[in-house]
Amino acid sequence: MYNGKYIIPGIVIFVGLFTFPFWSNLLTPKYERPQLAMPADQKECIEPAEYMRAEHMHILDVWRDQALREGKRAYVASNGKVWDISLQNTCMKCHANKADFCDKCHNSNSVSPYCWDCHVAPRGNQ
Amino acid sequence: MSTTRRQFLKIAGLAAFGLGTSSALDAAEAVAKDMPGAKYDVGGKHLAAKRWAMVIDTRKLESREDYDRIIHACHSVHNVPSIPTKQEIKWIWTDKYDRVFTDDMSQHLSPAVREKDYLLLCNHCENPPCVRVCPTKATFKRADGIVVMDYHRCIGCRFCMAGCPYGARSFNFGDPRPYLKDVNPAFPTRMRGVVEKCTFCSERLEVGLLPACVEASNGAILFGDLDDPNSPVRKALAENFSIRRKPSIGTQPGVYYIV
Ligand code: SF4
Ligand code: SF4
Ligand code: SF4
Repeated sequence: MYNGKYIIPGIVIFVGLFTFPFWSNLLTPKYERPQLAMPADQKECIEPAEYMRAEHMHILDVWRDQALREGKRAYVASNGKVWDISLQNTCMKCHANKADFCDKCHNSNSVSPYCWDCHVAPRGNQ
Repeated sequence: MSTTRRQFLKIAGLAAFGLGTSSALDAAEAVAKDMPGAKYDVGGKHLAAKRWAMVIDTRKLESREDYDRIIHACHSVHNVPSIPTKQEIKWIWTDKYDRVFTDDMSQHLSPAVREKDYLLLCNHCENPPCVRVCPTKATFKRADGIVVMDYHRCIGCRFCMAGCPYGARSFNFGDPRPYLKDVNPAFPTRMRGVVEKCTFCSERLEVGLLPACVEASNGAILFGDLDDPNSPVRKALAENFSIRRKPSIGTQPGVYYIV
């Protein structure tokens, strides 16, 4: 082979760089689901935790339109319980520890929602 | 050689198309879903009307304290900041006759009427120009006549401010929070770059409360359904002479003044 002494190390370096995302991922610690501060006095959220984890932004999106545009401010959950539609007055009443609930998970997932530019975070918690 | 390359490209193209559509289908499947069985409702306490309207009995409002009490009631529940410059934010404020009832050309008004302060707020017009010009539908009119905003959608273009003939809208040139002394934790603030205005307290009507300014007015401001002849506003309008701001431009304001 012509120029084998250049080509072989070149290929090795290329493969090493090309697969960087894979082996760097193997070397860094695994993603762990953050430990969130749960409300002390409540057992369940408005819907099952699995659903809330996946779809809370969807719920908030629909809540906004229902409350503002349709004038419907009551959410009848799948278990029949009725809740006032309000991020500040319903969600944050239970999840009063924003730093160890919202922020912790958002930070470890590198998302920065701008809810709090307008909505007021619970007091004693900033 | 050229045919094999052609075949290769065909197959590669088909494969890429297949991959693309299958991942698009996956993405469509992953679109958020409502919880089966969940419903939305108006709630038991809400006050309903066909057309909400307000009557301000200016004869019952005399002193600066009267106006300030009413303005404070609105601005404190709605987290309206007090910014002492031209960048001020106001939902309800006062001005003199010649700047309020600009259509009235009477040259010799009684000094008492001319010198008096009049409360001003969004008129919740029947034909609101602000709604017509808003490019994002951030400003819209509800079925009960209230003109409100969805601040989430407002892009701060300020077309609505140019469109409103009553100066009822304010723009947030900066972050309003430093100008808020006491934040009402039950109501949001606004952020830099959005327009805001009076909501006719739609959020209070939905939980069974009258507007904050009405409650603080000791009976000088009436609120009710303009389509109901027995409502307090219709009764007051039937018994007294009333005027509205700039009636000639056809916006049909929902705020009436008894002078
Ligand atoms: S400033 Fe906001 S509310 Fe006004 S017209 Fe533009 S988008 Fe609509
Ligand atoms: S007073 Fe101005 S802001 Fe209010 S509805 Fe009429 S045009 Fe719109
Ligand atoms: S109706 Fe509500 S939002 Fe409008 S001026 Fe009165 S208190 Fe303020």
